[in-house]
Amino acid sequence: MARLCSLSEAIADNVWDGDTVAMEGFTHLIPYAAGHEVIRQGRRDLYLVRMTPDIIYDQLIGAGCARGMKFSWGGNPGVGSLHRFRDAVENQWPRALDIEEHSHAAMANAYEAGAASLPFAMLRGYIGADLPKVNPNIRNVTCPFTGEVLAAVPAILPDVSIIHAQRADRKGNVLIEGITGVQKEAVLAAKRSIVTVEEIVEELNPPSPNSTVLPSWAVTAVVHVPGGAFPSYAHGYYPRSNAFYIAWDKIARERETFAAWIEENVMKASPEDFGKYAAKKPVKAA
Amino acid sequence: MNTDFTPTEMMTIAAARALTNDDVCFVGIGAPSAACNVARLTHAPDITLIYESGTVGTKPDVLPLSIGDGELCDTALFTVPVPEMFRYWLQGGRITTGFLGGAQIDKFANLNTTVVGPYDKPKVRLPGGGGAPEIASNCGRIFITMALTNRGFVEKLPFITSMGHGEGGDHRARLGMKTKGPTRVVTDLCIFEPDTETKELTVVSIHKGVTRAQIRENCGWTVKFADFVEGTPVPSETELTVLRDINARTKKAHEAA
Repeated sequence: MARLCSLSEAIADNVWDGDTVAMEGFTHLIPYAAGHEVIRQGRRDLYLVRMTPDIIYDQLIGAGCARGMKFSWGGNPGVGSLHRFRDAVENQWPRALDIEEHSHAAMANAYEAGAASLPFAMLRGYIGADLPKVNPNIRNVTCPFTGEVLAAVPAILPDVSIIHAQRADRKGNVLIEGITGVQKEAVLAAKRSIVTVEEIVEELNPPSPNSTVLPSWAVTAVVHVPGGAFPSYAHGYYPRSNAFYIAWDKIARERETFAAWIEENVMKASPEDFGKYAAKKPVKAA
Repeated sequence: MNTDFTPTEMMTIAAARALTNDDVCFVGIGAPSAACNVARLTHAPDITLIYESGTVGTKPDVLPLSIGDGELCDTALFTVPVPEMFRYWLQGGRITTGFLGGAQIDKFANLNTTVVGPYDKPKVRLPGGGGAPEIASNCGRIFITMALTNRGFVEKLPFITSMGHGEGGDHRARLGMKTKGPTRVVTDLCIFEPDTETKELTVVSIHKGVTRAQIRENCGWTVKFADFVEGTPVPSETELTVLRDINARTKKAHEAA
């Protein structure tokens, strides 16, 4: 059964130095508050996994938490580069970053394989592309029935996965709505999992029998962190702050402005500070 | 209204015209997204637009800044998890057209969005491929739109993120691909299509006011022109109105929050 606890407890208990950590959320429901808590607790040598390491991993990389990263698209969506990621890859600052790069299709398949407890994923992918030349973890497998050669990548099996969701009930059952990305797969592929939520409710009342629900017994920790996905968004609660994504470009461009921002907004802050971004009166998900 | 148009407006509108009502289109972010939505708001109201975040049949009122803005989900017919998007819908062969942009392109319409310089010691680290490698191979055909510049249109790519026509000719077929690959590249100065035999990108249409010399100057390889080169029809008043309106709504929305 999931344990309902504070964010600092959830991170202290479940995210350890050296872990392979997946924080997922495909543009939507990105667990920023949890990422900040990882930085505040000074975790080191993390191997980060994420399809789209946008600002959240720019922050973790710049803060020196990461030794490596597996990903498929590392940019600030619609804005440009991730400057802290680039500084790590191009100049090894604040430390070298060991990268393993894939395509979205491969990462999505690899999470699904992890959730299904398979050792690898296969796809009709990477045809004519150069990534297999630089990533030895992209290999081939031959179909035993047709002889077709397909791409194979290792399953993603995180030590811990962290996601944000709309709500959970008091037992720790979690409901996810809107763009669900690979969040369910990431949680089911991991040894441990943390879900931060906008609301804790008495009854979950999933809106449809086909709703995306993670049952309490498949989650390690559930934490109430209203606004915890800001500056990304929570469908039905608050919109994406595109203005912050645009502003991040300037903040992250120089090491000094980045460090000052982290000091002010992460080190001196707490999870409760995210509350100001949560809509006061949740609107029903469209 | 002012019917003078910028090269970028011409590019977006010419790219939009490539799409039809029957297309099921996988939309890349940025310039492709603008073109696809102008098509939907003008001559192709029933086009199905799909974004890799899993949103299917989406009708955004403002252009998304990211591939997964809430606007896309709010206005979609339905939204699926990302593994389903890539496995059933894209790899399953359900998408007629992929619309991509890129940082760099070569004469066989291969795209680079990964690195400039060596992969291990990059001069510039770009975001990477995202969905593009499999969009390029699994969609029925590919349209590409990007501004024509020397830095973008290069003789040799430092890295092939997604394959267009590879080394040209029947390279795709030799690798077992059954899809057409890039069939049109729309720039701010002209439109390219691959030669039927060699698959080298060839200028087939030139936008109003643009000279062949300008195209040569802005292209990193020795550019070829088709035997019959058309003049791209100028944007209609409707096309310009729709594009300017959606751009204005988008700017307002992105600056607000």
